[in-house]
Amino acid sequence: MTTQIPTPAEVAAKASAPAAAQEVTGAQSLVLALEAAGVEVVFGLPGGAILPAYDPLLDSVKLRHILVRHEQGAGHAAEGYASATGKVGVCMATSGPGATNLVTAIADAYMDSVPMVAITGQVNSRTIGTDAFQEADIRGITMPITKHSYLVTDAADIPAAVKEAFHIASTGRPGPVLVDITKDALVAKTHFEWPADVELPGYKPVTRPHHKQIKAAAKLIREAKRPVFYLGGGVVRAGAADELRELVDLTRIPLVTTLMARGAVPDSHPLHLGMPGMHGSVAAVTALQKADLLITLGARFDDRVTGDLASFAPGAKVIHADIDPAEISKNRAADVPIVGDAREVIRDLTTALRTDIEAGNGGDYEAWRQRTKGWTRTYPLGYTTPEAATAIAPQYVIERLGALSGPDAVYAAGVGQHQMWAAQFVQYERPNAWLNSGGLGTMGYSVPAAMGAKVGEPDRTVWSIDGDGCFQMTNQELATCVINKIPIKVAIINNSSLGMVRQWQTLFYNERYSNTDLHTAIGESRVPDFVKLAEAYGCVGLRCEKPEDVDATIAKALEINDVPVVIDFVVERDAMVWPMVPAGVSNDLVTTARAMTPVWDRDDDAAISEETAIIEEEER
Amino acid sequence: MARHTLSVLVEDKPGVLARISGLISRRGFNINSLAVGPTEHPEMSRMTIVVDVDETALEQVTKQLNKLVEVLKVVELETSASVQRELVLIKVRCDATSRAEIVQLTQMFRCNVVDVGLDSVVIEATGTPEKLDALLAVLEPYGVREIVQSGLVAVGRGGKSITDRGRKTA
Repeated sequence: MTTQIPTPAEVAAKASAPAAAQEVTGAQSLVLALEAAGVEVVFGLPGGAILPAYDPLLDSVKLRHILVRHEQGAGHAAEGYASATGKVGVCMATSGPGATNLVTAIADAYMDSVPMVAITGQVNSRTIGTDAFQEADIRGITMPITKHSYLVTDAADIPAAVKEAFHIASTGRPGPVLVDITKDALVAKTHFEWPADVELPGYKPVTRPHHKQIKAAAKLIREAKRPVFYLGGGVVRAGAADELRELVDLTRIPLVTTLMARGAVPDSHPLHLGMPGMHGSVAAVTALQKADLLITLGARFDDRVTGDLASFAPGAKVIHADIDPAEISKNRAADVPIVGDAREVIRDLTTALRTDIEAGNGGDYEAWRQRTKGWTRTYPLGYTTPEAATAIAPQYVIERLGALSGPDAVYAAGVGQHQMWAAQFVQYERPNAWLNSGGLGTMGYSVPAAMGAKVGEPDRTVWSIDGDGCFQMTNQELATCVINKIPIKVAIINNSSLGMVRQWQTLFYNERYSNTDLHTAIGESRVPDFVKLAEAYGCVGLRCEKPEDVDATIAKALEINDVPVVIDFVVERDAMVWPMVPAGVSNDLVTTARAMTPVWDRDDDAAISEETAIIEEEER
Repeated sequence: MARHTLSVLVEDKPGVLARISGLISRRGFNINSLAVGPTEHPEMSRMTIVVDVDETALEQVTKQLNKLVEVLKVVELETSASVQRELVLIKVRCDATSRAEIVQLTQMFRCNVVDVGLDSVVIEATGTPEKLDALLAVLEPYGVREIVQSGLVAVGRGGKSITDRGRKTA
């Protein structure tokens, strides 16, 4: 390094002085801008077009760059970091293939509203459009899966683009923002000046809910006989858990937390009915179906929650609060729409309801509470132990993992059966403890997301609960973990198949197992041998094949905190995820096990129709 | 399904047209026509988008458009409360005998002949979609060789301007 080039730290020191802005390169300006935006960690992988940015990165004392083995890993790591900490995750890649490798993670962040900024290098502005080496129109490619995007061709525009990107990614409904910077802009000389404000006349998210809507919602809540809190990921992103707890305890209304909201209210809370949806608990699914009011906070009536939309919660009025107005009445018409930040909505609802409730004029939901409790008692989550006494039930592994690691740990799942079991059988007691790819359903999310989470929360135990299929998509990041001392723990729930697909083949394709066998644990065939693979990376590799060894293996993994640990749990492959509502059918047809549908008590149903009749009478 | 005219005020930045047309197509809405041009403010462009959608979809497309960072304002212009025009250029076959008839027709429709050839004329017409349809119907028997049509543009009636008040609230 020659002495003429100032380090970013030196430049920053000078920039903070009132003197005129220092002349720097576009690349230095980018690093200074990231520092000014408060970035601590960047997950990335260099290449031709982004190369200029990597030079000043070497000198930065504020930015830690973690070199991944695949750009998709950088993207999911940024997501995991963001989901665990609530801060903006940052990933960086070069043009062309580097950028396109980020696409899956960007789409994932878009679906799950993860605050993320992706920085990509782009070919020289003069060669854009000529099919230059490693050229891809990444802004065009990602337009439908980003909240916003920039193509920066002038070095002078870098600080403003970065500032705006972080502002957009982290405010309103969070989401991914792409900043694509051409190589000539990175090389050119410019002056670094961090803008004081962002000027975005077309971007003004509404966070304060309208008081009239809050009043209308409070009225519906008071009048309801069978209300349910339908809580989505927006509550977690808004950091509204404390306020939510207050509202739940004040109103004593039963609640469900979606896949994205696990932990928003502690699972141990007596009013918690579990997770709704395709693999939700019978109590949660049924409560929504029989409710007369859904108090929807930060949820979006996803098809995996509603099943057949026309028969979803048929008797319910809907209060729908969301920061994104486009979510309201998108799938299900709302009776009371509320646009606003979940935390502020919840706070205002609490205020609006408190006086009445304390004066004894709140709603009377006692009978309803008893009924929902009845469902929880009659249809608890469970699983059958495998017929062969020597086989391990995958649910048992996950249950023990949660019990032994506790609520302070972070759990990042891949996608499939193990994800659903991890959502069902780990008890979540705090928000941001559960990370997963909910909307996009990205296999391969788990290992890099766990890595990102561990970087953001180094003092917590971080588990990647992964499948044998998912793990093979992104396990290369174990190298990143070993080298950068990021001691995550990986539990592979190894059923030697693409388990969820296999389950559907069992149920809907006459047990014709087309292309779902992975050979990761069939007899002596282990391709690959996960323990050897783990050891090859420098991780500790453990294998568990007997139910009686599960606890000891987990305990051993929990004791190792200097290197990553990978456990190969070889489990019963015919285990299925229950309860289940098959795709596209009504949630009334929830099945608790194969061909087992809850038999609704005749009196219970009669009571519902009577109640409905009374309510209808009152409304008239 | 009904036809709706949306006037969309946007920041004049590169890529904004791709962003808007991409959004509409990926969300599954049908664009009937789209016209873009400058406004009285150099930093803003205005798009007139005609979509065939029902009320629910209209609400959704409006909300989705409003979410775009570069979109400043989205207004639906009702047919009765706005002036709506399209421009069409029509090349019609003609000979010495039919030419006079065609010119007479263009006068009745208050449009212009802008090019005359030995065996064809080009007619320039502006008006509502209904008027242009009627014009095309009477020209059809002569032999229409080519039609090129602009997207619809529209402006609200009365003294108010779309660029006037609070830009985007949601």
